[in-house]
Amino acid sequence: MKAYTGILRAKGPLIFLKAVPGVRSGEMLRIMDGETERRAKLIRLEENFSVAQIYEGSDGLELDRTRVAYSGEPFTLRLGPDILGRSFNGTGEAIDGGGPFSGETERDINGRPMNPMARVYPRNYIRTGISSIDVLMTLIRGQKLPVFSGSGLPHRELAAQIISQADLGAQGGDNFAVVFGAIGIKQSDARYFEDYFRRSGASSHLVRFMNGANDPVAERISTPRCALTCAEYLAFDLGMQVLVVLMDMTSYCEGLREISSARDEVPGRKGYPGYLYSDLASLYERAGILKDRPGSVTMLPILTMPGDDISHPVPDLSGYITEGQIVLSRSLMGAGVYPPVDILPSLSRLMKDGIGEGYTREDHSDLSNQLFSAYAKLTDIRNLAQIMGKDDLSARDRAYLDFGEAFEQRFLKQGSEENRSIEESLDMGWKILSILPDEELDRLGEERLNKTLRPARRAAHAGEMA
Amino acid sequence: MSTVKQKQGAFLSSVNGPVCHARNIKGFHLRDMVLAGEKKLIGEVIALDQDDATLQIYEDSEGLRLGDPVENSGQPLQLCLAPGLLGHIFDGIERPLEAIRARNGAFIPEGLGLLKLDEKKVWPLTFTVKAGDKLKSGECWGTVAETAAVNLKLLMPPGKSGTVKALLREQATINEDVIAFEDESGREFTLTMSQYWPIRRPRPVESRLSVKEPLVTGQRVIDSFFPLARGGSAAIPGGFGTGKTMTQHQIAKWSNADIIIYIGCGERGNEMTDALEEFQKLEDPRSGRKLIDRTILIANTSNMPVAAREASIYTGITMAEYYRDQGYDVAIMADSTSRWAEALREISGRLEEMPAEEGYPAYLASRLAEFYERVGRVKTLGGDVASITAIGAVSPAGGDFSEPVTENTRRLVGAFYALDRKLAYARHFPAIYWMNSYSSYAHDLRNWYSQNVNPRFPELRDKLLDILQAEDSLKEIVQLVGEAALPADQRLTLEVAALIKTGFLQQNAFNDVDRFASLPRQFALMRVIVAYEEGAREALRQHIPYSEVRMKELQARIVRLKYELSEEHMDLADRLIEDIQSSFEKLSESYASLLGARDEKEKR
Repeated sequence: MKAYTGILRAKGPLIFLKAVPGVRSGEMLRIMDGETERRAKLIRLEENFSVAQIYEGSDGLELDRTRVAYSGEPFTLRLGPDILGRSFNGTGEAIDGGGPFSGETERDINGRPMNPMARVYPRNYIRTGISSIDVLMTLIRGQKLPVFSGSGLPHRELAAQIISQADLGAQGGDNFAVVFGAIGIKQSDARYFEDYFRRSGASSHLVRFMNGANDPVAERISTPRCALTCAEYLAFDLGMQVLVVLMDMTSYCEGLREISSARDEVPGRKGYPGYLYSDLASLYERAGILKDRPGSVTMLPILTMPGDDISHPVPDLSGYITEGQIVLSRSLMGAGVYPPVDILPSLSRLMKDGIGEGYTREDHSDLSNQLFSAYAKLTDIRNLAQIMGKDDLSARDRAYLDFGEAFEQRFLKQGSEENRSIEESLDMGWKILSILPDEELDRLGEERLNKTLRPARRAAHAGEMA
Repeated sequence: MSTVKQKQGAFLSSVNGPVCHARNIKGFHLRDMVLAGEKKLIGEVIALDQDDATLQIYEDSEGLRLGDPVENSGQPLQLCLAPGLLGHIFDGIERPLEAIRARNGAFIPEGLGLLKLDEKKVWPLTFTVKAGDKLKSGECWGTVAETAAVNLKLLMPPGKSGTVKALLREQATINEDVIAFEDESGREFTLTMSQYWPIRRPRPVESRLSVKEPLVTGQRVIDSFFPLARGGSAAIPGGFGTGKTMTQHQIAKWSNADIIIYIGCGERGNEMTDALEEFQKLEDPRSGRKLIDRTILIANTSNMPVAAREASIYTGITMAEYYRDQGYDVAIMADSTSRWAEALREISGRLEEMPAEEGYPAYLASRLAEFYERVGRVKTLGGDVASITAIGAVSPAGGDFSEPVTENTRRLVGAFYALDRKLAYARHFPAIYWMNSYSSYAHDLRNWYSQNVNPRFPELRDKLLDILQAEDSLKEIVQLVGEAALPADQRLTLEVAALIKTGFLQQNAFNDVDRFASLPRQFALMRVIVAYEEGAREALRQHIPYSEVRMKELQARIVRLKYELSEEHMDLADRLIEDIQSSFEKLSESYASLLGARDEKEKR
């Protein structure tokens, strides 16, 4: 290992080094300053200097006496089957008091692009126990489905609930694991997750990579990569179905912007670097299923939209890469609905092929189509009711208002530890849909009306009588 | 101070993501393809400055060292054009992804080098010339059954001509000489079944022609309302979730082009897998052959290296030109041109060029123009009439159509299919919003539609569009006072508009009947809706109250008709029209007798 003393410049997350012959772009460095040792990655090579990104931050570094050791190796993560249940920081060092993790193999955290020819089109689901998600935007194995939230909205609670409740459904078996990458989260949030997981007993099938808001910014860049490398190992080496939850992707992008600005790069929209799309894609596209290998990597990245603006670069570029989105709404939260999933702008693109007979239940897609379509009509009717008053509306319009109320307060709303089965969610959906008269159910055929909707309506009435 | 020792050949002097520099670059030309580092990563020379070459690396550049050798191929990035393209999937620089998977497994490593088409496969060929025949460039000398659906024509390459001396082989690999010629100066030359062509240079044609007929896509909102001409170009802009890719897939599957080239440019991996699986399964409604047999897929997904994404568009259009030169009508889909533009921006940023609008380089407009100028209807060098039609998806940032890529594309294309988020939220697909979309070909193709579908086709189309326009201006009033407060004729307009939207414009890509609608079927649906509108309008004229005129059951049948009106059951439309007419006649009679009876009563 080559080692040299002295660095040229230190600037936020970057250090500038004297050029050293034979070093590789992307290789890892150890930066030693007295007692402390930090890690850095070479990101740019020039004839008379090179640039490295330093993971533990450059605070307190001195130029002349700092020693730089070149490893000749890229950034790797140690992996092994007993990684389940462990907690790490954003560079893959164990922080759970269980001692360093040695593992049995190591992988480059950057991964490599999946060959589209080697992919299998995703066709099965992961149950979250949340009615709105399971019925209306089903999470499919191998999918990347982000949650678009905003500051103050309960995405933290939703993330904890999904991590604790998610499984492979009634017949799916239990070869399931969750990898949680926390990127730049607050102390209080970290504690919330810890308490929740302890209560729910989720830790045994969980691996955590925790980067706090006060941790160095370069670590934000490595956190999701470590999480995904771990997920790929669990999925494609051990054959598990893996769900990766990343929160908060907005902090990740801000970290990327900070480093880009320190590198004096030409900024794109809102100061984010021009390669933000490609960089996000290098994370999101790691979700998938492969031919000839049993497991899957499913991704649920959570991001906060600055100013609730869905056209902000972070949600916008994410939406262009991911396969749908789950949007949370401030007005639903105001109406006391948790989780406040705004179903109209939400969508799971892959759901059509992963639900129905053999997966969830044969009536699933009819129900979700009709719920979407009925709920979409509600907006106009509510506007009209505001102008004309509820009493002057037609019977049809009043039925819609009742439907909307029941849909939001009973179907969307559920307890933060309430875990609903697919059957419960579907049955509740039909019951609420039956509030509407038959002629409004334009997406249902006669057969479906007879077989599912009308029995649900009779059951609902019988329930009221009793 | 230089830490790099002087070496024999060119060597790397800087590494910064996909942009590197090389020195000692004697003999380098702009746009030459190079191999950098010990892994021989593929790159391209994009700028030269005395003893400094700027390289754009097409693979992940991590692991490169200063001083690593840079080998110059002496050639620009070029494609091997030969049998074995159709039915296959390639990355942005024509490397076959099946072969890469067979060699390297599930993930794509860097340093694969330039893999090309299958060089071992032996193709039987049929000669269409004999010794002594004289051939100009672009003329055909033989054919190969490339797939069950397409006969590849082997052509004299541009710039060459000669007299056939000998036919050498009736089966061969793509690299073996199969035919010998003698040129005008008496020099002999041989040809293989492959041609090489640099991706950034348009292939020559005899002359350019104006558009004459539509590319029939089977999608009603396109074919009937905003037609796309063969040899024309269209843009599909829309925010995420509005269905750009879905619309592109539908056109790729059902349009009546001979050859489809589908470029997944910086998009999702799962989508490409979906396309591949579907194309292998589905049959062309016209030929009955598998769709994949006429299709080339180019997959440079968003996580594959950005420089190869920039190249993928040129790779696609060069392949399109190759089949066009054989006399075929080719349709090329680029999904999405915004990702391509972003690749330009990304590389431009690394080059520290002065950015123009929103960080895009100032040459964005001219690069886009270069691409769209390579489409068109032409007379080929061989004398055939052939065409390339291009459909580019655009992914505007924040769904805002005033951004540079959308704006510049709009100036270049003839048809503009504006996808609308509101329609998508209401699950109205394809979410092409009629008020913001247009086609400049609609006017030129009117006569074609009257002559080839029905003389009344243009008239019915205009009528439906008028109704939608009228609905649009009524919508605001309805929001304020409710539908019930409108006069009867306006309520009818709203209802007919709703019929047009659900019964005609919405098209279900997952329904076996509805996913593809032939032009006669599109016309039949228009006739049915217009019959209802005319019947109802006449009834209103007779002062029959709106509650009577509104025939819910007929409306339900009209909306369902698109799912039932298959090619074999075209009579369903006529039957429904008869029922509509007789229902309104009955209504009018019973009302007349009612009025008559009342008059009688009053008289008495």
